Amino acid sequence: MEFFLQLMVNGVCIGLIYGISAMGFVMIFKASSVINFAHGELLAAGAFFFFTLTAWGGLPVYAAFILTLAASFILGFIVERLFLRPLIGEPLIEVIMLTIGLSSMFKGMMLLLWGGNLYTFPDFLPESLSLRFGAITIPPVYTGALIIGAFFLALFGLFFKYSSQGIFMRSVADNQTAALSLGVHVKRVFALSWGIAALVAAISGIVLGIINGINVHELSSIGLKVFPVVILGGLDSITGAVIGGILIGLLETFTGGYLSTSLKDVIPFIVLVIVLLIKPYGLFGLVEIERV
Amino acid sequence: MRRPTFHPCGNFKERYEEELKVFSTDFGRLWSAVGVAILFAVVPFVSGPYTLYILNMVGIASIAAVGLNILIGFTGQISLGHGAFLGVGAYSAAILSTNLNMPCWISVPSAALITAIVGMIFGVPSVRLKGLYLTIATLAGQFIIEYLLVHWEGLTRGTMGITLPPASLLGIDVAGDRNFFFLIYVSLGLTVWTAVNLIRTKFGRAFIAIRDNDRAAEGMGIPVFRYKLLSFAVSSFYAGFAGGLWAYYMVSVTSEPFNLLLSVEYIAMVIIGGLGSIAGSIYGAVFITLLNEGLRLGTDLLMNMNLFPEVGLNIAPIRELVFGLAIILFVLFEPKGIAEVWRIIRSSFRLWPFSY
Repeated sequence: MEFFLQLMVNGVCIGLIYGISAMGFVMIFKASSVINFAHGELLAAGAFFFFTLTAWGGLPVYAAFILTLAASFILGFIVERLFLRPLIGEPLIEVIMLTIGLSSMFKGMMLLLWGGNLYTFPDFLPESLSLRFGAITIPPVYTGALIIGAFFLALFGLFFKYSSQGIFMRSVADNQTAALSLGVHVKRVFALSWGIAALVAAISGIVLGIINGINVHELSSIGLKVFPVVILGGLDSITGAVIGGILIGLLETFTGGYLSTSLKDVIPFIVLVIVLLIKPYGLFGLVEIERV
Repeated sequence: MRRPTFHPCGNFKERYEEELKVFSTDFGRLWSAVGVAILFAVVPFVSGPYTLYILNMVGIASIAAVGLNILIGFTGQISLGHGAFLGVGAYSAAILSTNLNMPCWISVPSAALITAIVGMIFGVPSVRLKGLYLTIATLAGQFIIEYLLVHWEGLTRGTMGITLPPASLLGIDVAGDRNFFFLIYVSLGLTVWTAVNLIRTKFGRAFIAIRDNDRAAEGMGIPVFRYKLLSFAVSSFYAGFAGGLWAYYMVSVTSEPFNLLLSVEYIAMVIIGGLGSIAGSIYGAVFITLLNEGLRLGTDLLMNMNLFPEVGLNIAPIRELVFGLAIILFVLFEPKGIAEVWRIIRSSFRLWPFSY
C-alpha cells in the first residue's frame, strides 16, 4: 500500500511536469496548427541556459530564472520569425520536416556547446519543502515542481482568460479567418505563441533538470513523450494537456514499479496508438467531423 | 523507322499516352541506357573498395527511399516509422536465414513480404486518422517496433544481434563489395522499374488521387482505405527488401541503427530529393548518404589535424547540426527538392537562349 501510494505521488508529480511541458506544445498547435517536433530541444535549451547562468555564471537563482525565461521567450520568437513564418500556408509535411530539422539542428548545437554529459543544478531548494504524510515522503524537488507547476498553470489560466493578448490567442485558435477579419494581428499571435511556448518549455526543462539532472539526450527525448500526453488529452486543449500529463505520468510510474522498467518508456506509445484508434481527438479535444 | 523525338519548348501533350510515357524523348531513353551500361560495366571495375561501399549504401538507401516516396510523395501519408520497417526487414532476413536456413534469394523477398504485412498492421490507423494524427501513430509504431526488436529476445536475441550466413545466389557466393554491388544494383533496377510502372497504372493514379484530395477520391469510387493500406504495404515491402539486403551486406544485425534518426533520414531523403518523384528519391538517397560520409570524413580530418581537439572528439553534434540545417534550407528554399533543381537546370539549357 505504501509502495502504491508513493508511486502514485511520484506519478502525479512527474505527470504534472509532462503536462506543463505539453502545454507549450498545445499552445503552438492551437494557435498555428504547427506540430512541433523541436519541443524537447526548447526544453533542453531552457534548462541549459539556467544551468549556465547559475553554475557557471554564479548568478542568484531568481535572477537566473527570470533571465532564462526572457531568453527562451526571445528564442521562441526568433524561431517563429525566421523559420516558421515563411511556411504559413504550406503543406503539412514541410512544416513537420522543418521542425524535425530544427530539432536536429538545436540538438547538435547544444551538444557542441555543453557536450553529452549529465550535469546537476546546484542544490537551492530548502530542505523544509520535504513533506511527510505518514510513511510517504515527498522529496523537496517534487514539492518545488508541484508549486512551480501549479503557479504557472494558474498564471496561464488567468492570462488566457483576462489579458487582451491571451484573448487574441484564443480567438486565433478558435477561428483564424474570423480573428483576422476582426483585426487580430494573426502573425503576431503566432510569434507570441511560440515565445510563450518556449518559455513554458524552459520552465518545465528547469523543473525536470532539478529532478533528474540535465542531459541533452534525456531532455530532448521528453519532447517526444509529449505526443502521448497531448493525444490523450486532446491536441487542442490546455486542461487536457495537464490531465493527460498526469495520466501518462501515473501510467509510467506504475508500469515501472510493477511490471518492468524497460516497458516504462514504451507504454505511453502503446496507449497512444490505442487512444488514436478508439478516440482520435483525445479526451478533451475538439472533434473535427469529417467522414471519408 | 520513326523520327527521333526532341524536347519540345513547352507542354504540348495531346493524348493521355503522351502523359504516361516514361521517357519523354528518345534521347532520355538513350542516355538512361548508356548510364545503366556504364553503371554495370565500368563503375564496379574501376572503383576501389571504399567507393564501392558507399555506392552500395547509396543503393540500399535508394530502394528504401523509393518505397517511402510512394507512401509520402504519391499517397500523401506521412510515416515516421520507415527506419523501424527497415529493421523489421533486416531482422526477418536474419532470422529466416539462420533459424530456417533459407538461401538469400528466398529470405530477402520473404523478409520484404513480412515487412509489408507489418507495415499494413501499422497502416490500419489510417482508416480513421490522417495528416498529423497518422504521423503521430507511425511515430508510436517506430517506438513499439524498436522496443520489440530489443526485448523479444526469443526471436531477435536482444542486444546481442544476429550474425548471418554468407549470401549465395545460384550457387555462387556473394561476398565482397563488388559482388554485392551487382546484387544491390540489380535489385535497385528492378524496384525502380516496378515503382515507375506502378505509378502509371490504376493503382498509382488512385494513390495520387488520394494524395490530392481523399474526399474527392472517395467520391469518385476509389476505396480509399484499401489503397492506403496497399500503399503502406508497398512502401514497407521496399523497406523490408532494403533491410534484408542491408542485413546480408552488413553480415550482422543489431537493433541500434534502426532508430528514429534513421526514419528522419529517410524522410529527409524524400523531401530533399523531391516529393512525388522516383528519380528524386534516388537523388535524395545519394545526397544524404554522401552528406553523412562527408561529415564523417570531415570530422575525422578535423580530429587528425588537432585544431579543435575538444570539438573533434564528438563527431555526432556536427553531423546532427549540418543534417538539420540541410533539411531546413531545403524546406525553406527548394521544397520540391533536387529533382526540381535538376529540372530547372535542364530546361534552362534546353530553352537557351530564350529561357525566361
